Amino acid sequence: MTARVYIPADSGALAVGADEVATALVAAARRRNVVLDLVRTGSRGLYWLEPMVEVETKAGRIAYGPVGADDVEGLLDAGLLQGGGHALRIGRPEEVPFLKRQTRLTFARCGITDPLSIADYRAHGGFVGLERALALAPAAIVEEVVQSGLRGRGGAGFPTGIKWRTVLQTDGAQKYIVCNADEGDSGTFADRMIMEGDPLVLIEGMAIAGIATGASKGYVYIRSEYPHAVAAMAAAVAAARREGYLGPAVAGSAHPFDIEIRVGAGAYVCGEETALLDSLEGKRGMVRAKPPLPAHRGLFGKPTVINNVISFASVPIILSSGAAFYRDFGMGRSRGTMPIQLAGNVKRGGLFEAAFGLTLGELVDDIAGGTASGRPVRAVQVGGPLGAYFPRALFDTPFDYEAFTARDGLIGHGGIVVFDDTVDMARQARFAMEFCAVESCGKCTPCRIGSTRGAEVIDRIRGGEEREANIALVEDLCNTMKLGSLCALGGFTPYPVMSALKHFPEDFGASPRLAAAE
Amino acid sequence: MPSPSWSKERAEAIIEAHRRREGAALPILHALQEAFGYVPEDTVPLIAEALNLTRAEVHGIVTFYHDFRHAPPGRHVLKLCRAEACQSMGGDALAEAAQARLQAGWGETTGDGSLTLEPVYCLGLCACAPAAMLDGKPVGRLDAKRLAALVDGARR
Repeated sequence: MTARVYIPADSGALAVGADEVATALVAAARRRNVVLDLVRTGSRGLYWLEPMVEVETKAGRIAYGPVGADDVEGLLDAGLLQGGGHALRIGRPEEVPFLKRQTRLTFARCGITDPLSIADYRAHGGFVGLERALALAPAAIVEEVVQSGLRGRGGAGFPTGIKWRTVLQTDGAQKYIVCNADEGDSGTFADRMIMEGDPLVLIEGMAIAGIATGASKGYVYIRSEYPHAVAAMAAAVAAARREGYLGPAVAGSAHPFDIEIRVGAGAYVCGEETALLDSLEGKRGMVRAKPPLPAHRGLFGKPTVINNVISFASVPIILSSGAAFYRDFGMGRSRGTMPIQLAGNVKRGGLFEAAFGLTLGELVDDIAGGTASGRPVRAVQVGGPLGAYFPRALFDTPFDYEAFTARDGLIGHGGIVVFDDTVDMARQARFAMEFCAVESCGKCTPCRIGSTRGAEVIDRIRGGEEREANIALVEDLCNTMKLGSLCALGGFTPYPVMSALKHFPEDFGASPRLAAAE
Repeated sequence: MPSPSWSKERAEAIIEAHRRREGAALPILHALQEAFGYVPEDTVPLIAEALNLTRAEVHGIVTFYHDFRHAPPGRHVLKLCRAEACQSMGGDALAEAAQARLQAGWGETTGDGSLTLEPVYCLGLCACAPAAMLDGKPVGRLDAKRLAALVDGARR
């Protein structure tokens, strides 16, 4: 008999043993004379169930998880390959509430298809957006993206279509499309999941951007901490090139467009778009002053579209289903869906793509199920190392760019890191300053010097030294960093620091809790 | 793991293979580190010559990026995540346990040359925290016991 089995090769699944499970399953099947058609997919994003094994049955795909290599024989005995009953049987993955409650537009194929198969991609709606784009004039493609309301998913939330329009309207013999895949924020992994699980959707989105703006060359700048994403992207680019989706005539059209993969080198600040451009040019990743905007003078001084992975990956569905379809999801000025990443001390961690508007409380308590440790949730950091710490009192905040801004926070790239009641918020505030000091590019003084002085002053507060005066000093310093820094690294480091001070002042006093920790 | 010794001929061949690419510095540095395990100081003038930069500029680039090592690493490299999501799951205590077990600080190699311990700020494994990467292989849901087994297994 032949059986088709799906096991993720996503690095989150590999980290908990997916390769070992695949090896054990292949060996066991051979011993039982079963021909195994093993497909390595991306992850569905239900990480607490990884490694998750799915089997194709007459009733659709049936999932089991979390599967260990030791479970394989028992699972086969229980009829794994026919979807048989077992303690690890989850049933149809689409029926898992965590997945059922999602609206998967950008992540529609992730965890389902073979990431490197053009045929599989096409069979699941791939390249429909590109084909529609090829039938439109460049300005009409740009207009579609503008009308969709898509905003930069990297964190800044700038309207994607406006960037594209500026590049389209700027003259230049050479223009570039640059994908920012330097996903450095702790608590985020959406870019990694797409690059490993559905890299062709990113390639399609970038090709559409190239056709829309008249750019013939694209770069994907991937952080070096993501070796599996680098390998998957390189293989997907090669596959797309073989099938004519990249190269001198994209999908048989008159448009040339090709992509090159570049690897970062461990500098967080290179996630800032102008630092990334300097790094791509082979320099130190130093932040540039704006203007000029990258859209006017970007990579090598040429007009450049620079967008996050998820922004590009959201474009194919906008083109294939129309701007109105995408815009109808969401609230206020936050349109469409956002891949939210539930991370850290959570019972159910993973990727949750949903229309904007769910509250922080729904996400943390309902969907993520509270903490993994079973202790009460005390703080959540939303938006990476530059995002604010929110207490439970702010759990009614809807997931929306403006709603978070109104409460002195940001949604950033959509990562939510949950902490239980053992967290020391003064220590977290100090870490924010220390991280900024380590990662500062050094170009502007508030960031370069301010972060080091900030860590020192927080040390004094934690040591109980002139507490009131030193807290006032930190607040003043944060104000200078916020208003005087060139980019978001120095400018946003005050968010975690100030929110910790404001919402958790007890951790900055000479409380017994702090004394015990010293 | 790559050999700690380097050769000028090999370095020159690597530089030559990449020098005409747009923004060639990072691809060259990555390729050198891939070949030798670190970026030998003596390659700086070779890169400067090939890219028409000053030695100071190349030095500035090499030292800006955390990835580039200035000395050969141990036979294995363990990158332990120190960022917030891993902190929320006990990453700091795990880091202390690792340092104590290895008798090595950040960026240091164990006395027997078997393993280098490096900090990393996020591996994108935040839903399987605390996380690490051993010789490029991701590892998640770590605790002190699993980490000890991992490290001891590699060093054997």
